[in-house]
Amino acid sequence: MNGIFDKLAASLEFPFVRYALIVGTLIALCSSLFGVTLVLKRFSFIGDGLSHVAFGAMAIAMILRLTNEMPLVLVLTIISAVLLLRTGQNTKIRGDAAVAMVSVGALALGYLLMNLFPTSSNLSGDVCSTLFGAFSILTLSQTEVWLSVALSLLVVGLFVFFYNKIFAVTFDENFSRATGVNAPGYNLLIAVIVAVIIVLAMNLVGSLLISALIIFPALSAMRVYKSFLSVTICAAVVSVICAVLGMLIAIVADTPVGSTIVAVNIAAFLSFALAGKLKG
Amino acid sequence: MSLLICENASLGYEGRPIVQNLSFTVEEGDYLCVVGENGSGKSTLMKTILGLTPPLKGSIKTGDGLKANEIGYLPQQTPVQRDFPATVREIVRSGCQNRMGLKPFYSKEDKARAEENIRRMGLEELAGRCYRELSGGQQQRVLLARALCATGRLLLLDEPVAGLDPKVTAELYQLIADLNRKDGITIIMISHDLNAALAYASKVLHVGHHLFFGSKEAYLDSEALSGLNREVTA
Repeated sequence: MNGIFDKLAASLEFPFVRYALIVGTLIALCSSLFGVTLVLKRFSFIGDGLSHVAFGAMAIAMILRLTNEMPLVLVLTIISAVLLLRTGQNTKIRGDAAVAMVSVGALALGYLLMNLFPTSSNLSGDVCSTLFGAFSILTLSQTEVWLSVALSLLVVGLFVFFYNKIFAVTFDENFSRATGVNAPGYNLLIAVIVAVIIVLAMNLVGSLLISALIIFPALSAMRVYKSFLSVTICAAVVSVICAVLGMLIAIVADTPVGSTIVAVNIAAFLSFALAGKLKG
Repeated sequence: MSLLICENASLGYEGRPIVQNLSFTVEEGDYLCVVGENGSGKSTLMKTILGLTPPLKGSIKTGDGLKANEIGYLPQQTPVQRDFPATVREIVRSGCQNRMGLKPFYSKEDKARAEENIRRMGLEELAGRCYRELSGGQQQRVLLARALCATGRLLLLDEPVAGLDPKVTAELYQLIADLNRKDGITIIMISHDLNAALAYASKVLHVGHHLFFGSKEAYLDSEALSGLNREVTA
């Protein structure tokens, strides 16, 4: 037991580990906030599609040998979010088919580009860490750390400010529009924020596992709590606890950060589902 | 002056008209029932009144100081709402959104308004309960309370009794009639339940092949009704 704590204490001596913990916690917090809305608006598929777009964008950033990949990935993902939402509202092209096309296309082209223009000798390692996160959160540059912190705080701030409007638009879009709330505008805002969250979360869990970070805490909270406010707060708390636990376990047990966090989230979901059943 | 004026409007989607040359007015205190066969354009009319779809031709305007966003709307339930984690109070308060602008949080007056409408709909006991655990009739009363937060003057009800059992249906009709008679709230109700609709309405708008707009009494001896009856029995 002492060995575990010694290892933790030794790891926490490094500033980059402390940064990673702070950034990871913030990312987990903001990804969970919008999870409730995404699940309820049946928008989860957009989150999934966008995470694959982010992978394609990351591949482009890599072959361009950018020292700071985040801004480019951020811009490309936000543009895709706006486009996907547009097609989603167009009744002639089925929204989910469009999302599937874009997401699989981005995944394939990203991998193709990385193969055609290899930037390092360890291609499969690069691909794997982009998809599953590996330890990229430990290798964030100083700029990326501050950018992540600033964006996370911005996301949380926007959520609090628009909380009541997000609730109204999520619960009943037609009623909101009829009473003069700019529902399409808020849908756009939500899509753009989700794009930001995905790019942030890509550092933590990798692009394939992002949806889990967004959806699991919300679904867990919905098993037990019955008001929008309590579900939102519970999702945020669950997400932060799971992320911190996951990161600490990953450090001690030398497991990949992303999949460990998701595994902890799955465990949390199962216990909440059980608690919900018992509560009746 | 009229609360709602519709002049020579053509309604439809993507340039294809469903209803043409529609004209009617709604006065303060009216109880207007909109009837017609399925697909005759009742829902399109409702969306146009709410400003969700623009009319293809002509106009539907609010008058007498009523703003376009002050129409209280009782929509049909959506699948999303059936598993939505929200309390009755949270939902009723969201009806106050139309007076908030960019203001992020509800004021004391907004909250008081919500409580008043919760009481008015007899929902005090249920205010903290989860919406998805309520019965169909209770859910409709919650949405009615929300609509009342958005307006004190004009309610637009879209098939308010769909899926309710006869006893609850009668209660809900009585509640709506009370809002109209005691509180002077103008009602526009879309319904295919002709008998009940005619029991309470003061005016009827029939959309479909035969357009009709006038008092309930005039409607009862009109062409449109016999046309509808023929189609129902056919």
